[in-house]
Amino acid sequence: MWGVGIAPKRNIDFEVIVVDDGSPDGTQEIIKQLQQVYGDGRIILAARPKKLGLGTAYAHGLKHASGNFVVIMDADLSHHPKYLPSFIKKQMETGASIVTGTRYVSGGGVHGWNLLRKLTSRGANVLAHTILWPGVSDLTGSFRLYRKSVLENLISSCVSKGYVFQMEMIVRASRQGHHIEEVPITFVDRLYGSSKLGGSEIVEYLKGLVYLLFAT
Amino acid sequence: MHLFLYCDSLSGLRTQVFYTIKMKHIVKILCILVAVAAFWIGLLQSAVVPRSQALLLPVYLIITLGCYGLLMVGIGLMRFPTCPQEAVLLQQDIIEAKDFLKQRGVDIGSD
Repeated sequence: MWGVGIAPKRNIDFEVIVVDDGSPDGTQEIIKQLQQVYGDGRIILAARPKKLGLGTAYAHGLKHASGNFVVIMDADLSHHPKYLPSFIKKQMETGASIVTGTRYVSGGGVHGWNLLRKLTSRGANVLAHTILWPGVSDLTGSFRLYRKSVLENLISSCVSKGYVFQMEMIVRASRQGHHIEEVPITFVDRLYGSSKLGGSEIVEYLKGLVYLLFAT
Repeated sequence: MHLFLYCDSLSGLRTQVFYTIKMKHIVKILCILVAVAAFWIGLLQSAVVPRSQALLLPVYLIITLGCYGLLMVGIGLMRFPTCPQEAVLLQQDIIEAKDFLKQRGVDIGSD
């Protein structure tokens, strides 16, 4: 709804592609209803039979994308569409190939994290910056605008799973010398239910760092 | 190969590396380590600094790096940006969106 309100004022043509891996909550039914309202040129459903992973979801969604730029964002309302104009504006001003949202600068922020979660996040961030020199302040964020050709390129060269995939994308982009800009975004975590960060996620993260250290 | 490093913000170590030859990140790190090791061995051999203290320099370096890391974590934690008002705004936006869509026949329902 917000996208449809903002875009016509700025002459931006857009489409919304929803990649759904067989969610049991009636997502596909809602999409069909939205298509009645906005037209199926605006709202595209890229359905898959079951949960098949993040990287392939991006690749699958990309096949349906007809524009020159692609914005990737979470669909659980932790990423708010109201930031889309700032992404687009930054790209137009700087000509960047990637604009990534960062939660860790002033103007951005996180809500819904307790002290331990913040500590883990901050520790992980400092460690990643010390080891990898990534060139961006928020490595695991997944609210990003990509030039479509760059995104296709990156997806084909990234092999990690889960959120390490997000890290690999931005680190590889940085290594390849792409022009990357940042905009502050706010992140409201887990509107429904609570986000857990367990031991296995931490191990996965450390393994991801080591992989990125040697492979990029 | 030219290697430049600078910090340009406190909210994270933001570095830019200019290089004329493309190399993997691990190779860059190893080059720096080799350079530091060569410098240290040079110090040991030239006896500019007393030997017993020179031998301990790598330990001091690691401790300094560790303290710097802890400092960055602590500062970052203190300055961690939060946005409690966003949760409120989001709830308002959700209500507004549900009403908007309901008028047009899309039933989101309750979650």
